[in-house]
Amino acid sequence: MRAKVATRKVLLTALVVSLICSAVVTISTILLRPAQEANRQHYMHLNILKVAGLQQQDVAVEKQLKQLEIHLVELESGRFHKVEHPEAYDQRKAAKDPKQSIALSPEQDIAGIKRRALYAPVYLTRDDNNRINKIILPIHGYGLWSTLYGFIALQGNTATVIGMRFYEHAETPGLGGEVDSARWLKQWNGKKIFDANWQPKIQLVKGGVDHNNPNTVHQVDALSGATLTNWGVENLLKFWLGDDGFGPFLARVRDGEGRL
Amino acid sequence: MSNTPTTNKCRGILINPVFDSNPITIQVLGICSALAVTTSLKSTLIMCMAVIAVLTLSNTTVSIIRHHIPASIRIIVQMTIIASLVIVVDQFIKAYAFEMSKTLSVFVGLIITNCIIMGRAEAFAMHNPPGLSLLDGLGHGIGYSVVLIIVATIRELLGTGRLLGYTLMPSVFEGGWYYPNSMMVLAPSAFFIIGLLIWALRTWKSHQVERD
Repeated sequence: MRAKVATRKVLLTALVVSLICSAVVTISTILLRPAQEANRQHYMHLNILKVAGLQQQDVAVEKQLKQLEIHLVELESGRFHKVEHPEAYDQRKAAKDPKQSIALSPEQDIAGIKRRALYAPVYLTRDDNNRINKIILPIHGYGLWSTLYGFIALQGNTATVIGMRFYEHAETPGLGGEVDSARWLKQWNGKKIFDANWQPKIQLVKGGVDHNNPNTVHQVDALSGATLTNWGVENLLKFWLGDDGFGPFLARVRDGEGRL
Repeated sequence: MSNTPTTNKCRGILINPVFDSNPITIQVLGICSALAVTTSLKSTLIMCMAVIAVLTLSNTTVSIIRHHIPASIRIIVQMTIIASLVIVVDQFIKAYAFEMSKTLSVFVGLIITNCIIMGRAEAFAMHNPPGLSLLDGLGHGIGYSVVLIIVATIRELLGTGRLLGYTLMPSVFEGGWYYPNSMMVLAPSAFFIIGLLIWALRTWKSHQVERD
């Protein structure tokens, strides 16, 4: 009889403690979510500026962002899709909605993202002659543990990289997690990401880039100890710069803006 | 009033863990995070605040319900409480120190397995009233923090020439004179510094030396 009472007490304590603890965790998560969401947005905006080297130290990020031209691109045709508020578009949410996205076949889906939204935002800056001189594209794809979200900035010729950054991922700290370290990302500046036929060509090379190799402009030192994160980065770039990604859009940019 | 035995006892519980029974230098607990976060003073300060908060709250909570925890599941109950507190603290850091959370979140999660916290819950909070347990948690948190802050100050200063982001010794890379000691930014240096600290502390308080 006593044993039964003891068992009941054990179960009751376990239940009550679990309930109270989960309530505390849930309440704090819900209450703090708006602040965290605002932080995340701000950090993403900051990355849009930083990737293209546009960030000015003492100007508010949101204000600087307004100086960029934002468009939605219909990825399949590569044309601009006119909407009232392109900055309000949420590509991540759209990718989950069957009406606003397409499913990718396993052959297409090299970036491991399963579905792709029909539209994607692009950010542009122009030179004094009103020609596009910087193009910032959102990119994402699966690494080892997580989907990496980032931006790549290209010059107006669409071939030369200005920079690349990842603002959200959960790769192994110290190994694949170095994918967001400034030191590694620095070497992307000036790389060429297309071959002569405008197909994506970029390689992450283990053991370091051999600078005598004529292909150096297409090569970047791979992260050490992070094979799958490296493949992830390589594949997501291939996807987003290829025909299923921004390929058609970039082709139109090269043909002249009349075709956008 | 300050000489009543209870005040003395309280003060002892709060102060002792700082030098006399410091969790890191005497019990050599919590070394994992001491190695990981001490490359920069700023992340160390946030980590210390997180540990103090978790340790104080977990000690107090465990102490309040100590008579209701069946002995057979006491460890898992303590773990549940500690884990929940760590998640809450991590959420706070993500909401109010977002930049820091990018580098710290993984270590904050590991506070759950920090032996100091389990150790204090099991060794102290299970047998003492909430008030004293709170002080004990606070004291051990401060003891942990003092060591971490010393280690981080040395590592960041010698490793980069900066402290909290301010340049104190301009490095040769920035056109200054100081050649940064890159070993200081690697984990082994924390072992050396903690070892030297233990040596210094035991020279000062020789009763801490273990007899064979």
